[in-house]
Amino acid sequence: MSSRAAATARIVQQNSIIVLIALLVALAGLIEVIRPGAVNANWVSNILEFAAPLGILAAGQTLVVITGGIDLSVANVATAAAYIMASQAPFGVTRGIVAGLLVGVVVGLVNGVGVAVFRVQPLIMTLAMGLVVTGTLNVYSQAAVRSVPGVPAVIHTLGSGTVLEYVPVSLFLWAVLAAVLIIGLRGTGFGRLLYALGDNQEATRLAGVRGWQVLLTNYMACGLLSAVAGIVLAGTVNAADLSLANILLLPSVAAVVIGGTSIFGGSGSYSGTAVGALILTVLNSVLTLLDVPDAVKQVLYGAIIVLLAAAYTRVLGRD
Amino acid sequence: MAAAPNDDSLTDSGSLLEASGLAKHFGPVVALRSADLRVRGGEIHALMGANGAGKSTLVKILTGALTADGGTIRLGGRARTFRSTSEARKAGLICVYQDPSLLPDLTVLQNLILTATPISSFRRYLADLGLGGFDLSTMPRELARPTLSLLDLARALAIEPQLLLLDEITASLPADLTSRVFSVARQLRAEGRSVIFISHRLAEVSALCDRATVLRDGKTVGVVEPAQGGEERIVKLMLGPVAEEVAAEAASPSTPATGAVAVEVRDLKAGTLNGVSFTLRFGEVLGVAALEGQGEKELFDCMAGVRRPESGQILVGGKARSFGHPADAIRAGLVLIPADRLQALLRQRSVRENIALPFVNRIARWGPINPRREKRRVATAVKRLQIDTRVTSEVRRLSGGNQQKVGIARWLAGGFKTLLCFDPTRGIDIGTKRQIYGLVKELAANGSAVLLFTSELPEIQLACNRVIVLFGGELVDEMPASDADERALLRAAHGLPSEEGE
Repeated sequence: MSSRAAATARIVQQNSIIVLIALLVALAGLIEVIRPGAVNANWVSNILEFAAPLGILAAGQTLVVITGGIDLSVANVATAAAYIMASQAPFGVTRGIVAGLLVGVVVGLVNGVGVAVFRVQPLIMTLAMGLVVTGTLNVYSQAAVRSVPGVPAVIHTLGSGTVLEYVPVSLFLWAVLAAVLIIGLRGTGFGRLLYALGDNQEATRLAGVRGWQVLLTNYMACGLLSAVAGIVLAGTVNAADLSLANILLLPSVAAVVIGGTSIFGGSGSYSGTAVGALILTVLNSVLTLLDVPDAVKQVLYGAIIVLLAAAYTRVLGRD
Repeated sequence: MAAAPNDDSLTDSGSLLEASGLAKHFGPVVALRSADLRVRGGEIHALMGANGAGKSTLVKILTGALTADGGTIRLGGRARTFRSTSEARKAGLICVYQDPSLLPDLTVLQNLILTATPISSFRRYLADLGLGGFDLSTMPRELARPTLSLLDLARALAIEPQLLLLDEITASLPADLTSRVFSVARQLRAEGRSVIFISHRLAEVSALCDRATVLRDGKTVGVVEPAQGGEERIVKLMLGPVAEEVAAEAASPSTPATGAVAVEVRDLKAGTLNGVSFTLRFGEVLGVAALEGQGEKELFDCMAGVRRPESGQILVGGKARSFGHPADAIRAGLVLIPADRLQALLRQRSVRENIALPFVNRIARWGPINPRREKRRVATAVKRLQIDTRVTSEVRRLSGGNQQKVGIARWLAGGFKTLLCFDPTRGIDIGTKRQIYGLVKELAANGSAVLLFTSELPEIQLACNRVIVLFGGELVDEMPASDADERALLRAAHGLPSEEGE
């Protein structure tokens, strides 16, 4: 690489978030070209509303990927949390929400014990836990629930209500969580340790860090965020069925990767992931506007994600 | 570029191999600056040098495992560049390394077929090496290491090389097998073929080799005939100017430490380490001298909480401690600087985050970081070690020496009582080395205790007050640094009794 190209790469690398935002704006521009007038306040409001649950789901994923792991149970956890929240809501909405969040924490705990204490590969551990969660949820729905539970009004407002006509309520929750994550990752000891473990577990151990404590806590945090995402999503679509969030598993990983977090761990940020979630939501909107069959839509969606990831690697010179 | 010296090219017209000006660097690390090597036909030629002098790199370039950045290789008068080991092999150059290279899960015969080795010739050389009647359907996994080394050697010989390179092959061989290797090497010489022999054992070199080329810091510094009392010269060349400095240092002998006992090790056993006891005092740098694999790694790992000892005790401040994790050792004030810098560093993270890592190593410190306080502590350590960098840049972009400094700065900032330095200067340039030794002495002078293992024996006197010597997992000798010249250390490290009249 010439020194000039290297200098450019460095500038881009240090400001990758700007590149991502530019991409986001370009995609919005594309929509405006395809259908003039489509990009308006209402559209923006819609995008934010649908990006919020994905953004929160991808938040947990970001935490895990930074440590060099991956959580393939996030979508199952989100679905289960939403379903249990809805089925428990008739006994009190608070009880429902607590029960839903508890699902996330418990699954996160089991994932954490498997990965951090028994050293099971994160991929295998969370894939297996995802299956366990889905299976258990099916049993639960057949044994304990007679009809598909409805979503309580509060949650419906949380997921699809707006303030001042256009600002989604879920955006407030997402913004608060995003602020906590961005500041927490940069400015707390726990955040530092996530990057440290993702970069070099042995070095972190030699520095006197008991990594299992960090990883265990982190998988629990991821589970909790997944549960929050599931509950918000239930409010957005106003339903809590047995496959509610399952389509969001791969987008949750894609948002992280597009956002510039290394899949091998040790670097990345939540701000990138948040923009990544917005890009994926807008991309979905573009494909919907193109009015192509679902199968073609999937092919394009997959292909574009690959292109983005490849371009990213090239521009940023990441391994 | 200056014209290559052409002084002895006439007398050396019989050269089989002529390598001149070979250079190689890996990122910012220079492994080879300018290496020259001339090997005649029918000669056993030793390649000598301290650790990190560039021997392995040179061997790898000669056999095509690495490509040089600069310099030329002439084989039989023709300029050659080998892009792979198979190219070098076709030209008659093959190397046998210290670690046997047979695939463990194929039979020996399958291994031979895989490398297109002539079987009958292999059998013949095997017989020469004393392994006649060997069963070729054996799995290498089931064989002892010395046997594997001999099989590896026979496999190399079977392709009838013009030039055979032996890279520390005798390191894992008992004496009787070593003599068999020697007789095969002499047999090759008698046939007009050549051998390049690498060993740390001077006695072997003077017994076997016609000439020796000495490397230091990636440069050829001399060619010596070891048989004619050249051993002393080889040692002097290998050591370089450090030797003179050692002499100067030794003239002002460091006082024995009288501080309180920092750590006491009692009858420690772990792996190779077989019952070692000693005390380490505050205010002293205690050197550990050992050839590789004498239990020194286990000793440091146990003291740093990286592994648990099988038996024995480690007492800190008079109390027996059990370290199940490095965190336990760190809490007791014992911190480790490993030889492999990258083992201790976060390559993608900034210098600051690397140095600040121990600040957050407990649950109680998972909360918000005070950036101003952190910056101040890191800046102090960076300044003290003169780390040449912007603090925010990634550690992987630093040179090896600066990386090692970051590893040390971490503990200067984080606090410790006892520093365990395991070969901290491996592969580091001389300037940084001296700086690190200066720092280690200063730390001890300020009241810390330092345990220092270095694979470079002449440097023991530079940094230490006292030395213990490990051999075969046992503590075989202890001496003040003033007596620990390289000769004394080498003898002790080989398990020889100290010389009479000393």
